[in-house]
Amino acid sequence: MTDGSEEFVIRVHGLVTRFGEHIVHNGVDLEVRRGEIIGIVGGSGTGKSVLLRTIVGLNRPAAGTIEVLGHDMLTASEDEWRAIERRWGVLFQDGALFSALTVAQNIEVPIREFCRMPDRLLSEITACKIALVGLPADAADKLPSQLSGGMRKRAGLARALALDPEILFLDEPTSGLDPIGAAEFDQLIRDLKSSMGLTVFLVTHDLDSLYAICDRVAVLVDGKIRVDTLAAHLRDGHPWIHSYFHGPRGRAAQAAEARREAGDPMQVPAYR
Amino acid sequence: MAPAATLLSTDESDVFVLRADGDWLVATAAELDRTLDALALPHDARVTVDLGHLERLDTAGAWLLLRTEQALAALGNSVVVANLRPNLKPLLDHVRQTGHHVAHPHPRPMHYTFVGFIARIGEITLLLLHRGYRILGFTGIVSATIARLLRHPRRLRWTAIVAQMERTGLDAMPITGLLSFLIGIVIAYQGGDQLRQFGAEIYNVNLLGVGILREIGVLMMAIVIAGRSGSAFTAELGTMIVTEEIDAMHTLGLDPIEILVLPRLLGLVLTLPLLVFFVDFTGLLGGALMCRAALGITIPEFLRQLQYAVGNWTLWIGVIKAPFFAAIIAMVGCYEGFNVSRSAESVGRLTTQSVVETIFLVIVADAAFSVVFSALGI
Repeated sequence: MTDGSEEFVIRVHGLVTRFGEHIVHNGVDLEVRRGEIIGIVGGSGTGKSVLLRTIVGLNRPAAGTIEVLGHDMLTASEDEWRAIERRWGVLFQDGALFSALTVAQNIEVPIREFCRMPDRLLSEITACKIALVGLPADAADKLPSQLSGGMRKRAGLARALALDPEILFLDEPTSGLDPIGAAEFDQLIRDLKSSMGLTVFLVTHDLDSLYAICDRVAVLVDGKIRVDTLAAHLRDGHPWIHSYFHGPRGRAAQAAEARREAGDPMQVPAYR
Repeated sequence: MAPAATLLSTDESDVFVLRADGDWLVATAAELDRTLDALALPHDARVTVDLGHLERLDTAGAWLLLRTEQALAALGNSVVVANLRPNLKPLLDHVRQTGHHVAHPHPRPMHYTFVGFIARIGEITLLLLHRGYRILGFTGIVSATIARLLRHPRRLRWTAIVAQMERTGLDAMPITGLLSFLIGIVIAYQGGDQLRQFGAEIYNVNLLGVGILREIGVLMMAIVIAGRSGSAFTAELGTMIVTEEIDAMHTLGLDPIEILVLPRLLGLVLTLPLLVFFVDFTGLLGGALMCRAALGITIPEFLRQLQYAVGNWTLWIGVIKAPFFAAIIAMVGCYEGFNVSRSAESVGRLTTQSVVETIFLVIVADAAFSVVFSALGI
């Protein structure tokens, strides 16, 4: 899928977002490289999800530039937007599946919108995507309300992957999942990334995910962003960043990752 | 590069090469699907799938490759995949790993058949009976709660009741008043037009007085309130179910019927009779002004004729119906609100259902009142 022409698939420069008087982002710069998994973290209300929503065009920034796959998104025409939109996939927090449609129909929506193909092939490709995200085949004809939270997220992921996008935006994919489900989901993202060559923009609160799958981590603090590798963040002296990564949960996740790298079977997440 | 799939035969009779070229992507999948279907696949031969000229691949393309591979194997061929580029290998492996997944055809919906149609009528009948039974049960629970509160009247939440009265009654005055005023004008105009042919314009006042006070005022108001407040009750309670607020109340030892249903029910029952009075007034006002403008009946004439036309009971018949209609609106609105399952979609569906059901029941009740009043001779 990749043509390798641009090294950075997302460039955000000087982004300012405000809601009324409240300033969420005050000059955010972020560059996401092709093929990496970048984790976005920050305290509640620091605008992690807002950043995601702004990049995908659900929220208009007060100032700054956003460039996705080489296109300036703030000045892009309708046609450019449409072309870009089929090259990214977005997974919202609770899956955001269309509640009136079955899982299979949900996955078919983007394919039908952008491609013309016979029904038989369409249902084959849909079944393929359902298997790809680890859902059982009989989930295809279920309505979103009949699925558990974890299955809804997988179905949402299948819909986001329907057109084999280059960039995958994930908004807290592991929140609300049990630890085993969350670890499986992390593994799934990592597998899909390596097989499909995805660039993943991951908004998360889950320290385990950060340690397990992220290449780089962007921390939103004080309206700005600090992008670095995890190792560098661990040495950062900023009080919030320090307490985030060195708090009890941060230390536990760090220890778990260390054990996993050492090959302790107790810590390797079960994956089907 | 344009995608292609070609089957080449070699010098040996039982050795074939299937070449996959170009971009095998979701965008080109339909074209490839046609090409692949048109291939006359060999059987009991050795087939090499040559992917050396495959440029780009996505999951849809990978699926087509696998499907072809499976089809070849099913015909007794031995299949070898060759020259796959290393950067495409992980994707193909991943899709292969998730197993062969045959799309199962969607079953034809049962209700498309004749037997299904009959069965559906039966299902809906049972559903309606069941729903009636459950509404009766809900009425029982609410009545029991009221009975319990009568013994402890101080537990009644007067603040909430008054707040509901404001929202459902006071705030509804502009819209119900305006609608009733306009309907008064319409009736006066249409009635006047017909009655003028007999020179009996003055009886237009009778038509207006009896029509609005007995039926139209209260019915129109009930329908507007069903759309305005009944739907709000369902949506409010339904949203509270979705956000687990009702469950939270249960665990805190609070009774949702007492806290949520009773204020709405009592507020509406107390307010609607008052609102009917107001609606009757604006309706007659609209009628009177129209009579003056179109038929030349002055206001004093209108009032004098109204006194002849309207008996002691005419106003009260309208007002008496109001608390019953109010009870129907509040009970159905709250009942459907509690029926919401934990999905946003069901809030919308049940809100619509609640309004339709309420209006239906209000009109049925109105018909029942007509029968009772005519039996009583009033």
